[in-house]
Amino acid sequence: MVGNAPEHPNYNMAIVKAFAVCAVVYFVVGALVGDLIAWQLSFPSLNVNEYLSFGRLRPLHTNAVIFAFGGCTLMATAFYVVQRTCAVPLWSNKMAWFTFIGWNLIIVSAVISFPMGWTSGKEYAELEWPIDIAIAVVWLSYMFNFIMTIANRKVSHIYVANWFFLGMMIMITYLHVVNSLAIPVTMTKSYSLFSGVHDAMIQWWWGHNAVGFFLTAGFLGIMYYFIPKQADLPIFSYRLSVLHFWALMFGYVWLGAHHLQYTALPDWAGSLGAAVSIAMIIPSWGGAVNGLMTLSGAWHKLRDDYVLRFLVVSLAFYAMSTFEGPVMSLKTVNALSHYTDWTIGHVHSGALGWVVMVSVGAIYHLLTRLWKTEIYSVGLVNTHFWIHTIGTVIYICAMWVSGIMQGLMWRATDDYGNLAYTFAESVVAMHPYYVLRSVGGLLVLIGAGIMLYNVVMTIRTAGQPNAAAARA
Amino acid sequence: MGLGRIIGNILGRSVDPQKRREKKSFQESLEKNIWGLIVMVAIVVSIGGIVEIVPLFYLDNTIEKLTKEEDSIRPYSALELEGRDVYIREGCYLCHSQMIRPFRDEMERYGHYSLAAESKFDHPFQWGSKRTGPDLARVGGKYSNEWQVQHLRAPRSLVPESVMPDYAFLEGYKLDGALTEKKMRALAMVGVPYSEADFAGAAAGVQDKTEMDALVAYLQVLGTMVKFEPGKDYRE
Repeated sequence: MVGNAPEHPNYNMAIVKAFAVCAVVYFVVGALVGDLIAWQLSFPSLNVNEYLSFGRLRPLHTNAVIFAFGGCTLMATAFYVVQRTCAVPLWSNKMAWFTFIGWNLIIVSAVISFPMGWTSGKEYAELEWPIDIAIAVVWLSYMFNFIMTIANRKVSHIYVANWFFLGMMIMITYLHVVNSLAIPVTMTKSYSLFSGVHDAMIQWWWGHNAVGFFLTAGFLGIMYYFIPKQADLPIFSYRLSVLHFWALMFGYVWLGAHHLQYTALPDWAGSLGAAVSIAMIIPSWGGAVNGLMTLSGAWHKLRDDYVLRFLVVSLAFYAMSTFEGPVMSLKTVNALSHYTDWTIGHVHSGALGWVVMVSVGAIYHLLTRLWKTEIYSVGLVNTHFWIHTIGTVIYICAMWVSGIMQGLMWRATDDYGNLAYTFAESVVAMHPYYVLRSVGGLLVLIGAGIMLYNVVMTIRTAGQPNAAAARA
Repeated sequence: MGLGRIIGNILGRSVDPQKRREKKSFQESLEKNIWGLIVMVAIVVSIGGIVEIVPLFYLDNTIEKLTKEEDSIRPYSALELEGRDVYIREGCYLCHSQMIRPFRDEMERYGHYSLAAESKFDHPFQWGSKRTGPDLARVGGKYSNEWQVQHLRAPRSLVPESVMPDYAFLEGYKLDGALTEKKMRALAMVGVPYSEADFAGAAAGVQDKTEMDALVAYLQVLGTMVKFEPGKDYRE
């Protein structure tokens, strides 16, 4: 199906361009804030004042990378894919620009909110209630436009990438609305409608599905379109993609409870979350295999197609972190890993390895199609690939070591049954790994900077005659 | 595209005799029908959340039953409430958990494991997910007020290994009693049992107090509201 859609003169590619460029800019910003707070944990004197302290910047980092970078990537790719696979232009250009302006205003408001300390205090959903309402409105405009474009389609079947985008949009609507329910006090202060154990379960139902739907289902939509496109091959197995889709839609929703094992959440809920988590290895790996096997017989393409490298390595990380996740949800492992840096490492192997790499691959691919040109410097794409991969591996390994070490130090006892280490001793032991993590993050940030330069130069030289020849 | 066509699209396939004769899988029909696909996805993704969340609201044993002697859990005082809001604003929950698990080492280090009852008035919950610093669920009464103030001002003056930011600036901000009352009224609306007397006393409770005083008052009450019976299993 991919590739059969004829070029349509009325496709709205301007909106895709706008979101794609924003995504790259927010990638740089999100990585910058992330690396800054990594250095703050290594050297606390870098907390220079109240507005730039770790506790206020950490939500800025998570929101910038998830919702600014991730969100703009999802909006660029979903609007691109839906037009190309349905062979019709977007249902409403005006609404698409409303989504664009609205989403960016929300991002700007977040950049102001977090340093000011305006937060609802719920992880990954820290924005206060007026912004939460704006998010709901803008999100629905995105979803509505996407759905109506599919409804108008000129081809009979809805392509698999669109199922994943659609699933992500529906679930995020549920999650955002329920988890953000709050009673306002002032414009910048509200209290969650829920308390204690109920709030915890709802928060992690949101928290894990921000990962499972926003950062997984949505980006699988990207995978199912851009890998076959970049490789110029059909997806390996249609049946596997059907299994992957429905199992993911049904299963991911349950996983949140595994964040609350051994807490005051009733045991049945945490165990249920863990049981489904383990079962999720099957659809996740099915999906990863589906993407990787698309290249079967054409692996040689990886030798000189650097964009394809990003896409394929992203799947390797996807497979790795969807194995690691279920392992960490096992009660005995969770008892050790919970509250430690291992969790941070796991999140970043998913985020830097899977989400960023598949996004970066898709954006480089889009660059050539949208501006109808060659990438300014293919060599710099290769440099970005290696610097990003090395940075990510350093980050993950540092957090594995520090996380497992923390867990072991906290539970260690001496011969008389007394605790072997004070908490402060475990903090000191983390220092080298925190520095190492900051270096890994710095490499990722440099990679992001290289990408931004490459994108800007590609766009600037796109209109010039013989641009490609001049670069050769 | 009108509503008529939307409904027609949903029904169309099933009433068209031509199409009814074709043997199509359910999956294939969904791939050709966006409205059917939306409905199916909306149902499938809602099941897990319903099964895990809804029972928590009506199952009796979700929040532990405590005896009269054990239970002195009360809503936060005006000053403690303001302190809790400082705690949330500064993102303390990003590095400090408030949830002790029933393991030997954790109970040795932090005290009795946490109960759901202890955070029943916490909107939002502050259990946290990370221990860059130690758990604070039972930090109340562990150190003196003076220690807490000095530690917040300059953590490394007392704990050289600490990576916590300095919070000396909290001493520069006075609390606004009018806002405290509004906060209490908002919390009462979501079920925290504040009384008229609490509202009336809110302003006086925070008068001339700084954010530092409030945060210390909050830290000092954490984990002190239940008198645990030794050896009793609170989690069935």
